[in-house]
Amino acid sequence: MEENLVTLTIDGVEVKTKKGTTILEAARQVGIDIPTLCFLKDINEMGDCRMCIVEVEGRRGFATSCIQTVEEGMVVHTHTPNVLEARHVILDLIISNHAKDCLTCTRSGNCELQTLATKFNVLDVEFPGEMTKHKIDNLSPSIVRDFNKCILCRRCVAACKNVQKIGAIDCINRGFESCISTVGDHSLNDVNCTNCGQCIQACPTGALHEKETIDDVWVKLKDPDTYVVVQTAPAARVALGEEFGMPIGTNVTGKMVTALKRLGFDKVFDTNTGADFTIMEEANEFVERFTQNGVLPMITSCSPGWVKYIEMNYPELLPHLSTCKSPHQMFGALVKTYFAQKEGIDPSKIYMVSVMPCIAKKFERQREEMKNDEGLWDVDNVITTRELSRMIKQANIEFEKLEDSKFDNPMGEATGAAAIFGTTGGVMEAALRTAQDTLTGQNLEKIDFEQVRGGDGIKRATVNIAGKDVKVVAASGLANAQKIMEEIKSGKADYQFVEIMACPGGCVMGGGQPIKSSKIRREVDVRKLRADALYSIDEKSTIRKSHENPILKQIYAEYLEKPGSHIAHKLLHTHYIKREKYNI
Amino acid sequence: MKTLEQIHEIRKEKRKELDLRVNTKADTREKHILVCHGTGCTSSKSPEILENFRKILEEKHIENVRVIMTGCFGLCAKGPIVIIRPEDTFYSNVTPEDCEEIIQTHIVEGKLVERLLCKDIDGSIVNSLDELNFYKKQKRIALKNCGVINPEEIDEYIAFDGYKALEKVLKEMTPDEVIETIKASGLRGRGGAGFPTGKKWEITKGYEAEQKYVVCNADEGDPGAFMDRSILEGDPHSVLESMMIAGYSIGANKGYIYIRAEYPIAVKRFQKAIDEAREYGILGKNIFGTNFEFDVEIRLGAGAFVCGEETALLESIEGKRGQPRVKPPYPAEHGLWGKPTLINNVETFANITRILLNGAEWYSSIGTEKSKGTKVFALGGNVNNIGLVEVPMGTTLREIVFDIGGGIPNNREFKAAQTGGPSGGCIPAEHLDTPIDYESLKAIGSMMGSGGLIIMDDTKCMVCLAKFYLEFTVSESCGKCTPCRIGTKRMLEILERLCSGEGSEFDIYRLEKLAANIQKASICGLGQSAPNPVISTLKYFREEFRQHAIQKECKTLECKALSKITINPEKCKGCGLCQKHCPVNAIQGEGRDKRVIDQDKCIKCGTCLTSCPFKAIGN
Repeated sequence: MEENLVTLTIDGVEVKTKKGTTILEAARQVGIDIPTLCFLKDINEMGDCRMCIVEVEGRRGFATSCIQTVEEGMVVHTHTPNVLEARHVILDLIISNHAKDCLTCTRSGNCELQTLATKFNVLDVEFPGEMTKHKIDNLSPSIVRDFNKCILCRRCVAACKNVQKIGAIDCINRGFESCISTVGDHSLNDVNCTNCGQCIQACPTGALHEKETIDDVWVKLKDPDTYVVVQTAPAARVALGEEFGMPIGTNVTGKMVTALKRLGFDKVFDTNTGADFTIMEEANEFVERFTQNGVLPMITSCSPGWVKYIEMNYPELLPHLSTCKSPHQMFGALVKTYFAQKEGIDPSKIYMVSVMPCIAKKFERQREEMKNDEGLWDVDNVITTRELSRMIKQANIEFEKLEDSKFDNPMGEATGAAAIFGTTGGVMEAALRTAQDTLTGQNLEKIDFEQVRGGDGIKRATVNIAGKDVKVVAASGLANAQKIMEEIKSGKADYQFVEIMACPGGCVMGGGQPIKSSKIRREVDVRKLRADALYSIDEKSTIRKSHENPILKQIYAEYLEKPGSHIAHKLLHTHYIKREKYNI
Repeated sequence: MKTLEQIHEIRKEKRKELDLRVNTKADTREKHILVCHGTGCTSSKSPEILENFRKILEEKHIENVRVIMTGCFGLCAKGPIVIIRPEDTFYSNVTPEDCEEIIQTHIVEGKLVERLLCKDIDGSIVNSLDELNFYKKQKRIALKNCGVINPEEIDEYIAFDGYKALEKVLKEMTPDEVIETIKASGLRGRGGAGFPTGKKWEITKGYEAEQKYVVCNADEGDPGAFMDRSILEGDPHSVLESMMIAGYSIGANKGYIYIRAEYPIAVKRFQKAIDEAREYGILGKNIFGTNFEFDVEIRLGAGAFVCGEETALLESIEGKRGQPRVKPPYPAEHGLWGKPTLINNVETFANITRILLNGAEWYSSIGTEKSKGTKVFALGGNVNNIGLVEVPMGTTLREIVFDIGGGIPNNREFKAAQTGGPSGGCIPAEHLDTPIDYESLKAIGSMMGSGGLIIMDDTKCMVCLAKFYLEFTVSESCGKCTPCRIGTKRMLEILERLCSGEGSEFDIYRLEKLAANIQKASICGLGQSAPNPVISTLKYFREEFRQHAIQKECKTLECKALSKITINPEKCKGCGLCQKHCPVNAIQGEGRDKRVIDQDKCIKCGTCLTSCPFKAIGN
């Protein structure tokens, strides 16, 4: 054990740490926070920005603390006059080529460059000069790219290329003209981007952000002729509080509902109810495929980034994809039909807003298939968790002080199964709960499927349902999705059921969730804290199986007949297309 | 496929046949007309010259005369060059039309074509290569075969001890013995940094791995440098053979040579060398009947200067964007595809076979205490003999510029020399007697670099020089790290301000602060050395910078906004020559009037300066 430990000195403090630890990490262990910009733990460890430089005695030049590892007897100094001057110069140079319009930047207050400028008390740019000029690309329905704010840290490139294995963006040009762009410098909308938004989560500045659509919501809220309905995704409720200074993973469902009502929504519904419908339909589809020699494995379809990915990359595997719409689309479809009829509201007057942890949903809601026979969209606007927090702030609501409220009826009841949709493995687990009851015709007590929980990118399991072994796998992150697709394509896979989420960790880590700095991501397992909150909601729920949701029972009885019925298919299912990667 | 015995036979026979190439007293009735096919001569029609010779010889039914293409002879300024052996007659500036006369007069009549003989700087006519001052102080080790053999014929290489070192190494030496020999020779990396080559081999050998690689860095990129290019064009097999020896020594069976695509002749000849070596069974499995196997592939660079940086080069070979990696880990541990990799420059490799054949002691007897052997320089700029020179380490700059280079043209003064290209620094006249070796150059703020040596006369502005190199660095920065990407751009902007009269004294302080921090904080050698031309010009020509910044004045004519040409009325005789030559009619005065320059019209071309017989015009 001892031989794997290294002893070194950092700023006069003795540190004993494991071999292979970076100087940056070792320093953090003794409370020394070396500044970084391009570093993003496990994702981007390139040493490009040079902010983390330190002096190591006996070594020529500076060491790059974010990648270089500790050595026995090493003596490190993190803030010598030499280091400080170099850091000042580097920061000054970055700022000299950065659009300094902080007042009109979405990341003001949560910008890593701004934090450093404050820390180093940058009052003036010592080395001003020409700035690179870039056109803003806002053609994508999900992502806006403003490279006048880009600092070339390449965290977005690493997220897209290494984590997601998409490679829609990379560095083009050289030297001072270097910038991050797509193939042929086309709009992100016209290339192989899946709209997952992991690039936004990686960006330390305001160079990448979601396409904000809250202005449209404000207009509709103030229009007396429009009936504005909102639904909120499971993952949003365990992250929204972070935007108001609450600890990561705080469940703020009640406060969120109160805030939404105060904002003036006519009805505040729960996407979890939609998720219960998804389970009913998907479990039914699975049982049908499973018992009637249908195309297996069946793959989940509730992650729109993933759906776009398979359409572009594995169109030959589309028959494996469940035909179920995603929960908020199902729910939107029901609001504009069942709910409108029941309440006697003209569906064309209904404006359906979804609060999502996801920016690919902004793309999904505009897919042609998401229109009903009357030409109405299932969902009219998708806003992210971050955008909702801005609405709440703009409405002068002190979120932390709000009382809890409950979702509105008649569609406000949801199960624990639906809550865990927001984390990787959750859809699988929820579906298995319903599938096993359907197949056995019993009400089984074994409902926790721990094998598909947790932070691993790929979780394989064999579950026994009604005496039959069912091989399942839950994967999150598109690099992992690719691995599973290759297994299926090559015929090596013997799974019957596959869950895939585009974002690593699932919706809790979606592109529309509150953005956490590199420092927080280095110190805290954000995914786990948010996912634990969802599992806690599930555990505390009285009803934990979707098919036991009384609202569902009622709606099926009154309107949809049964899962997989003709009308259910019309409203709750969809189809897919082979999609070109490049539209250039 | 040739057996070792067959190769020995080729060496013996061919050597006899080619004796006239190196022996003016060779006992033969044959003559060889050698036509330089280096890039310079090729671009001034040497292939046409070669064809003409062959055609004429055929027409005249002359036998016993062969026309041979060779690599570079070095004196590029006099190209195209034709040498006739064994008598060693040196014809310069030959055109395709001259071939007839050369054949008729020289070959048929046995007389010299005097008008084509080369004139030395002192005006004396030179009959043979050895008489040229240009060659007298040179010592050719790396360039030994350049200009002697046909680089596209493996047999000619074999004739001059080619693949003998490889045979010796494989049959008689252990890898450790080879490494010890290289270490003892004192050879240091010729790419610029001067890391001891034997030590590098030893370190790379020390890393255990199933796969290791040998990489030859032929991404020569310094402006004005063409040493590696000439070696590859003139003697590709020597580099190939040395790569194999390196492979044997460190335990690698695969080599890559990374050549710039802008070197098409070098690429073609190296590929030919690989093909021939494979055909002879010299590359491949069971080389010379041993268990050693080795193969080499060419990788083409797309013209990025930064790909000459070893880790960026590796990235590029791997098919990625050419960007450097943070070191450590060094390539010896974590190189190509993560495997231990030995990277040496072309010229370094070109020394290896000679060291192994002649012994470490022989090699270390040449040069200075810490810098052994010779160094090839591409001599250019304001010097009479522009070309490729190879001198023993320790030769002074003065000897190179004035003895070998023939001094400064147009009776101008020597102002400075730039070594090491954009990574190096300038050397002023006060350091002309500095011996050229790694340590001495470093001590005066320059560096050896890969061998670019640009001479500047007193018409050159040092601020402009620094600006020129910064322009180069800014356009060649890969953009990966902040100090190099933005910092060099800011330095260039400051230099542009100084040259256009918009700078201030504070800008000099800004330059120094940026330079110091870019040097320390950049990831790779390109960024770390990018400020060097500024730092060294500031060190030796600070006053010139201050003149630009404060007086807004440039003593040369290079900074148009800051220079002013005036006529001294005391010296002007009113001859009007200046007026006659002025292209923009900026000079006023009639008859015997003393002339005056209209500063609004003057474009500072300097024509009047050179036309005045009384030295009355100055700037």
